[in-house]
Amino acid sequence: MWLIDSSIGRKFIMSISGIFLVLFLLFHSCMNIVVIISPSGYNAICGFLGANWYAVAGTSLLAAGFVIHILYALYLTYQNMRARGSEQYAVKKNQNGVEWTSQNMFVLGLIVFGFLALHLYNFWFRMQFAELTGLHTGMFDAADGASYVKALFSSWIYCVIYIVWLSALWLHLTHGVWSALQSLGLNNKIWLPRVKVVANIVSTIVILMFMSIPVYYLLGFGA
Amino acid sequence: MEKSINVTLKIWRQAGPKVKGKFETYKLDNVSTDSSFLEMMDVLNEQLINERKEPIAFDHDCREGICGMCSMFINGHPHGPDGEITTCQLHMRNFKDGETITVEPWRSAAFPVIRDLMVDRGAYDKIIQAGGFVSVNTGGVPDGNAIPISKVDADEAMDAASCIGCGACAATCKNGSAMLFVAAKVSQLALLPQGRVEAAHRAKLMVAKMDELGFGNCTNTGACEAECPKNVSISHIARLNREFLSAKFKD
Ligand code: HEM
Ligand code: SF4
Ligand code: FES
Repeated sequence: MWLIDSSIGRKFIMSISGIFLVLFLLFHSCMNIVVIISPSGYNAICGFLGANWYAVAGTSLLAAGFVIHILYALYLTYQNMRARGSEQYAVKKNQNGVEWTSQNMFVLGLIVFGFLALHLYNFWFRMQFAELTGLHTGMFDAADGASYVKALFSSWIYCVIYIVWLSALWLHLTHGVWSALQSLGLNNKIWLPRVKVVANIVSTIVILMFMSIPVYYLLGFGA
Repeated sequence: MEKSINVTLKIWRQAGPKVKGKFETYKLDNVSTDSSFLEMMDVLNEQLINERKEPIAFDHDCREGICGMCSMFINGHPHGPDGEITTCQLHMRNFKDGETITVEPWRSAAFPVIRDLMVDRGAYDKIIQAGGFVSVNTGGVPDGNAIPISKVDADEAMDAASCIGCGACAATCKNGSAMLFVAAKVSQLALLPQGRVEAAHRAKLMVAKMDELGFGNCTNTGACEAECPKNVSISHIARLNREFLSAKFKD
């Protein structure tokens, strides 16, 4: 199967799964920003995306996207280490114009993944999971997302943790988005610098929307 | 203005492919800053021979930047610190008096060391043999102007064709990927009418060979382009991806 056996096929899956995750983040961040504008509106969205079949289907698809992206990331990284060989260069200097992020996508991905587990525990476990199983896993009603957000971010430590997490994700995306387009072949000499600008804009918008929430609570507006 | 400098050289010595190698340190005095890096290596070897020591094995041929043989990783860069040149075009004026210069062979699983600084770059030849050519159909000679080629395409093809197969791209890549080389070889033919005919088939064959030989997966770091002595652009990699993916989806 060429999507597993060939390097460009593997990159194709990597970029498609990556773009899928970016599209999800765009949706997720637009949804989150509502909690600042109108907590009751936010709760309406939470109610809408509870234990319904479409929300569960969406979550499963999303989980599959993550699993594929991570499995391919592991496989690619393992192969690349093998291709590099057992002997390392004694002296190796970085070149001008090579982004640090592009050389550290796996590490950034791992950081994103680590915090993701915490994030799922903070919200998903107490909301959708609680609704699905009927268990009472948190202190508020499962659809009362706004209260969960407020409770979590009343602790400045959590605000800082989320800001650090989002920074790592931002770094992953500034390279990831243009790299995904390049991997799909949607690039040329004229578009190369433009695609990089587009990637920076997209990732910055997504991350700013997410980050505005912990910052909002950190500055005391949501109290 | 000619000047001379004294340098210390830390050079990788390895007696054979399976033997464990190590760095040896040599002192070389009165090196003319006008000499090339390979001329400096010749002088060092002369000195070693006079001391009845084994000279350092290294690859070289044209000594004018067109054959791609002079594979040396110098002070952390393939072909040394200067940009857009090969080792044979590197001048000693790029180094300071008293400087320690570290010289290593290409280190990539697909380019095994043969001896000292010499590596087997045969993997690139095998990729070319897999499809980097145009099958010749002899027949009448068509009129030169019958098939117009745009200036943009002609320039892109020529830029890709400037690749000399030196291996610096895979040597510097953190993923040991040969994509820049393969992309250049696929592009130089795919952009012109003679090569266009077999373009899809060629992309599939060359990529399959590249993967089989154990080169890594490209993560678009761009280190290859930064170190390529011919400044081949990674936009050719996008073309290779495009050629390969569309060929696979057509199947
Ligand atoms: C959860 C753990 C994650 C890991 C371990 C991980 C790891 C990686 C790795 C190793 C690459 C390859 C580098 C490259 O191809 O340029 C990559 C690419 C990418 N990742 Fe992730 N990532 C993770 C999460 C995410 C998330 C959450 C997103 C987006 C929402 C994302 C988006 C992307 C994109 C767009 C690419 C570019 C694909 C390409 O260049 O072909 N990743 N990731
Ligand atoms: S693409 Fe550049 S670095 Fe790679 S083999 Fe060709 S000339 Fe050398
Ligand atoms: S010896 Fe031919 S390119 Fe350097």
